[in-house]
Amino acid sequence: MFRKLYESDRGKATVTIDGVAIEAEVGEPVAAVILRSEPAHARIHPVSDQPRAPYCMMGVCQDCLAVVDGVASTQTCRTAVRDGMVIQRQRGARSISNVPTV
Amino acid sequence: MSSHDFDVVVIGGGLHGLSAALHIAREGRSVVVLERAWVGRHASGASAAGVRTLGRDPAELALSLEARHMWHAIAELVGDDCGFHSHGQVRIAESEAEIEKLERRVALIQGLGYRHEELVDRVELRRLVPALAPHCMAAIVVREDGAADPHRTIIAFRRSAEAAGVVIHEGQGVVAIEQRAGRWAVRTSADAYVAPVVVNAAGAWAARIAAMVGDDIPLGTKTSMMIVTERVEPFLGPVVTAAGRALSFKQTDKGTLLVGGGRQGIPDLDRETSTVNLQEIAASARTVCELFPGVSDVRVARVWAGLEAITTDMVPVIGPSPQAAGIIHVFGFSGHGFQLVPVAGAVVADFAVRGRTDREVGALQAQRLMVQRAAA
Amino acid sequence: MSRQFDALILGAGPAGMSAAIRARALGLEVAVVDEQPAPGGQIWRDIERSTAHGRSAALGSDYAAGAEVVAAFRSSGATYLAETTVWQVEPGYRVYIRRGNEMSILSAKTLLIATGAMERPVPFPGWTLPGVMTVGAAQILLKSAGQVPDVPVWIAGNGPLMLLYVNQLLDAGGQVAGILDTAVRANRWAAVFHLASALASWDELVKGIRWVSRLRGIPVVRGVRDIEAVGESKLEAVRYRTENDIDGAVTTGILLVHEGVIPDIHLSLALDCRHDWNEVQQCFVPTLDEWGQTSMGGVFVAGDGGGIGGARAAGAAGEIAAYGMARVLGRLTGTAAGAGAAAPRRLRARALAIRPLLDTLHCARRQVTAPADKTVVCRCEDITAGTIRAAAKAGARDPNQVKAITRCGMGPCLGRQCGAIASRIIAETLGRSMVETGLSRVRPPLRPITMAQLAALGDSKT
Repeated sequence: MFRKLYESDRGKATVTIDGVAIEAEVGEPVAAVILRSEPAHARIHPVSDQPRAPYCMMGVCQDCLAVVDGVASTQTCRTAVRDGMVIQRQRGARSISNVPTV
Repeated sequence: MSSHDFDVVVIGGGLHGLSAALHIAREGRSVVVLERAWVGRHASGASAAGVRTLGRDPAELALSLEARHMWHAIAELVGDDCGFHSHGQVRIAESEAEIEKLERRVALIQGLGYRHEELVDRVELRRLVPALAPHCMAAIVVREDGAADPHRTIIAFRRSAEAAGVVIHEGQGVVAIEQRAGRWAVRTSADAYVAPVVVNAAGAWAARIAAMVGDDIPLGTKTSMMIVTERVEPFLGPVVTAAGRALSFKQTDKGTLLVGGGRQGIPDLDRETSTVNLQEIAASARTVCELFPGVSDVRVARVWAGLEAITTDMVPVIGPSPQAAGIIHVFGFSGHGFQLVPVAGAVVADFAVRGRTDREVGALQAQRLMVQRAAA
Repeated sequence: MSRQFDALILGAGPAGMSAAIRARALGLEVAVVDEQPAPGGQIWRDIERSTAHGRSAALGSDYAAGAEVVAAFRSSGATYLAETTVWQVEPGYRVYIRRGNEMSILSAKTLLIATGAMERPVPFPGWTLPGVMTVGAAQILLKSAGQVPDVPVWIAGNGPLMLLYVNQLLDAGGQVAGILDTAVRANRWAAVFHLASALASWDELVKGIRWVSRLRGIPVVRGVRDIEAVGESKLEAVRYRTENDIDGAVTTGILLVHEGVIPDIHLSLALDCRHDWNEVQQCFVPTLDEWGQTSMGGVFVAGDGGGIGGARAAGAAGEIAAYGMARVLGRLTGTAAGAGAAAPRRLRARALAIRPLLDTLHCARRQVTAPADKTVVCRCEDITAGTIRAAAKAGARDPNQVKAITRCGMGPCLGRQCGAIASRIIAETLGRSMVETGLSRVRPPLRPITMAQLAALGDSKT
């Protein structure tokens, strides 16, 4: 959905989104990377069951939530890329850690 | 000012007021409910909505067990299941001393003839609540207990009350109650309502209403705080409390987690509001993280504090005024009134319609609190 | 960590930075708290990095001017806490902050809210589809990630920010497929009355005219009244209807929307400050005195959070607030503070001269604040306008009551996206004013925090 204008000036990074590697720039918002990926959405909404992508990029709308390095409900517009970051789209309600579900 | 005649005026549009109005209306009486803010504004709307018989004071136990039957058929009573689900309530013990406390409790209850509270060991506890921290050793379980959705419950009771002919006036706070030719005239700022019977279901303000008819009933204010989180994939069935800590923890049918336990905010009865004490609620959050480590990075969506009444013995007042004929009190549920809603209204209807009840409310009469005050 | 300051400034944008610079010059102990990793707010976002890489000129002269202010702020001696989230404010005043997982409380006798504006939430059918985002979001992507839409983009809305972004996007080599201009055409006649006063801000006028001239060659549909985003699981097309009942549709995978910016009043609401309803700007604005002080003594607002005015007005307001705070603290006499504030007050008045013209031209069309029944209003809980209307019709008269019944506002955005629209729907359904209706109560946390972070508050020293 989006493309970068220039070569990174903060250093190159490679991150994965649902296992697919994608080139990124150290320090850019993770949400920006999601918007360059396919499909360009961050999560599946827990009530409507529909995909949601970053909308405001300002930390207000809460639609950019994804699982980043194992931490669920991370606001990707407020999270800076690090090399090797593992991003997973959040499907529905997040789960708690390490416990069998009911 | 115009005046209106009814068989019964109910003061307070919370769940207890609505329940009383519903039961009375279904017995063919005309009822008006007067609510100062809006229906369910205070304790009812801030409730954790636990449907619990576990741990009840023997003074209200028989009522609570009857209420449990009513909850299991709540759709018949109010036309909606109110989000009630029954995955049990569990009170955990984290030490030998706490296990002994639980054992004493079960012995007490069984001695009174009740068998609904069951002691379970670590293995069974782990099976019931897999997400619980492994140091928890045992628990009392009541499998038929559960929880409901407070707002759905409020809507259901309101709708059924109105369907039964109850008139509900919101935005009308009661300012005075006077005797008028053998009946009670209940005045709001806008109007006056006249009836032979008045039900005092005014929650945290019930003592002020009681004073208007000459009953001096000591009543405190509680403003218990709650935390609600983002939606989480289902992992917790029963409602969990702890023998040694202030905690009530559940997962709602929407997946959100609700943390309560009675830590206090800062009340303001006159402004009808309360503010959160963050240091106190932080302690509740710490308790949850210690007992359910997997919940640590779940996001808190909101923290609030409700306003409710507490009595000196932490059980309610349900029954007629000792001296003001036609006044029936139903208040003071001290943080655990939600489950009693269906049956408390039935008790009030017994008094309003028949002047008496067969239900066990002997220990819940206003006199006991008023005598204490006189003696003090 | 917990510390006592003379002044706590929330926000390191133009207003916050100017206030900090002046407050420090007046000898106050100042802390500035901001969520971003570097100063600049929204308008000068990432400016230090852009300047270092020679990219700031492409983002316009207003942007480039920020570099000086940021430099002065850096050397002002203010305690600057970046990447710090404010999640509660209490009278006293106490500000609860989070840095990473560290929780602490800052306190001061005076507080300046300089958290700026937010995009006006614009619910319309389909706005939750991936591919729909705000112009502000696209601008942030340009500034913070140097990225642009990879296809020609459609833009729906109106307002100076939209024009600015179009210019920035074109300068950066992006393409605009077309614009659905939602400005109410009749407003242009009303705007003429404000032309004379706007001339006091002639340089802003010239700039605006220059921006508009860049639109030549781009298809513009004027007088658009309704829009609808359509697609299976992402945006595929946009349908629209104009004021003249002409229907149209365009194929696109990206739609940027913008209906102006409104003050972000979350913090001033949390402190129970009084707010007024601005009918032309269609938003609540905190009630402020000539220092920018709210109805809560010691709490000030400067910048767009006190009323939309732009960066220049924000900087001046920050300075005025610094004088006001020094006066409240007893560090300056009223006379001295008044003398110091005279120049920034004049500057602010000049900078705001163009506002009546802009506000009238860009007064939001009705559909923005009174969405159709099927439109999702609460994005977090997926609640439609119809559900809210039904609750109001059924007798719910208070926004808190509607929230309890419908769940609108109970999600993680804490009602910031939906609160004002929900109140508007309630107000219209009940035939009441926005002032009468009010907004639902703001409760902590003001930003989401985790259970463990809340627990950690108990570890902090107060």
